[in-house]
Amino acid sequence: MTPYMLCMGTIWQREIVRFVRQRSRIIGAFGQPVLFWLLLGSGFGRNFRYAGGGGEGYLEYFYPGIIAMVVLFTAIFSTFAVVDDRKARFLQGVLAAPVPRSAIVLGQVMGGATLALLQGVLLLIATPLAGVPLNLEAAIASVLVMGLIGFTLTALGLLLAWRIESTQGFHSIMNLLLIPLWLLSGAVFPVAGAHPLIGLVMQVNPLTYGVAALRRTLYLSAPDAVANLPGLWLSVLVMIAFGGVCFSLAVRTAERSEG
Amino acid sequence: MNSDLGPALAVQGVTHRYGSRVALKDVRFEVSEGEIFALLGPNGGGKTTLFRIITTLMRPTSGDAQVFGHSVRDAPHAVRRKIGVVFQQPGLDPKLTVFENMIHHGRLHGMLGGTLRNAADALLAQFGLIDRKKDYVETLSGGLQRRVELAKALLPRPEILFLDEPSTGLDPGARIDFRNELKRLRSETNTTVVLTTHFIEEADHADRVGVIHEGDLVAIGAPDALKKEVGGEVLTIEAGDPESLRAKLEEMFSCEVKSVDGSLRAEMRDAHAAIPKIAEAFPGEVRSITLGKPTLEDVFINKTGKRFIDADEDLPEARKS
Repeated sequence: MTPYMLCMGTIWQREIVRFVRQRSRIIGAFGQPVLFWLLLGSGFGRNFRYAGGGGEGYLEYFYPGIIAMVVLFTAIFSTFAVVDDRKARFLQGVLAAPVPRSAIVLGQVMGGATLALLQGVLLLIATPLAGVPLNLEAAIASVLVMGLIGFTLTALGLLLAWRIESTQGFHSIMNLLLIPLWLLSGAVFPVAGAHPLIGLVMQVNPLTYGVAALRRTLYLSAPDAVANLPGLWLSVLVMIAFGGVCFSLAVRTAERSEG
Repeated sequence: MNSDLGPALAVQGVTHRYGSRVALKDVRFEVSEGEIFALLGPNGGGKTTLFRIITTLMRPTSGDAQVFGHSVRDAPHAVRRKIGVVFQQPGLDPKLTVFENMIHHGRLHGMLGGTLRNAADALLAQFGLIDRKKDYVETLSGGLQRRVELAKALLPRPEILFLDEPSTGLDPGARIDFRNELKRLRSETNTTVVLTTHFIEEADHADRVGVIHEGDLVAIGAPDALKKEVGGEVLTIEAGDPESLRAKLEEMFSCEVKSVDGSLRAEMRDAHAAIPKIAEAFPGEVRSITLGKPTLEDVFINKTGKRFIDADEDLPEARKS
């Protein structure tokens, strides 16, 4: 194994071990979105009609959005851990080791993506409750997309976390940037029918394509239900491109960081 | 083994500024291979800044430092292969066990598999930590965490070990253990040790000491040599009216008498002989006279005109980072 892989691997492993040992993180990243989904989804119930879509209720419409939220929250919690590591000076020891910064960042991003993916898989158990017609093929494709969204959002989070000194500072960034990114991604309401200005923002929001890719894979066996969304391959390509940009910027930030 | 590459550490005219504040002013010194070198100075004097520069975490505003011939500025990666670092704030993951922390660190240094596990076990045994190896780091006392930290830093067999304030947070017994550990390390593996400290007695145990104050390296040398520079003996005199007594004493002994923090301080060759003379000449004025051999504290006072403890309080801890 090359030193690069070894370094990435050990950081990846640590992210996952730490997550499993911190029960509050599991509750925060997984329990909260699920609760939101059940409360909001049942609350809106049939009052919500997907403009131009079929007759699905909000519980069903919101379901892919909540997977995106779980992925987002997992990414945010993973990046919190980086801010904490810096504060606790754990990161200093890593930075003084003879390893490329990109291996450190890649390990962190892969950790976040893996956690996002694992929680997404757990959420797939709820598909019958949501009324999504999932088959095996769709499940595998959806899980891959979750991993991709997880990678991208963790990289975006890290790009910010490597610059920010305190968890409080990161909280405000999260509220001002990351949560709106999710709100305006088609996770909560569709682009069609939104105010034109909001609609425009939604169309340039990269996460819109992540959520679209997720909807398209979830409905792989019933593509008519998601016919008015951006195409699957376009969505996946946009996510890969955005993820790549975030990752390289995060590496550059880490290379300039003084720990 | 590295003598052809020059000294273990060469600090070459390092200057560092935080905005307009100058933290280090053209600091230069060298540390030879196998030496135990202490950077002594009050908190906020620039030690931690220098430490961050020589461990490659920060680039100096100007100047350079070389570790076995590798520049921290141009070849930080090569420097990182040579060094083991123990930071002031523990760099352990409290949510991992002692052993997991060791393994994680070893992998960052390219070690793996059985070699890594055996090396980790050997070091944990050597530091008396083997029965705690499966415990979470957060359950360990501060002293034990320090020991894990040192064991961890030694895992990749560094040629030079950097320690930032290793005694902070340790009880006196643990301090002595830690110091003996460093000496044993040097005698067994010829590892060079560079540590920072604001404890005078800790610097006393180093082969050589560099005294840093307000960003300047004000003195450097073996502790005994530095103390000899101060003079033979030191008299400390408490008096009712120190200023008037100071003038009289200077005239009487024709030597410099310093007023430090309300007491008078004089360095002379035969200070013990001066005691009865002072007592007879100024009855009533003198409250007490103390005779002492010079300490590194006296070296500090001699070079800076300040008492070490006061200089320490002048500069709040927060300014270091």
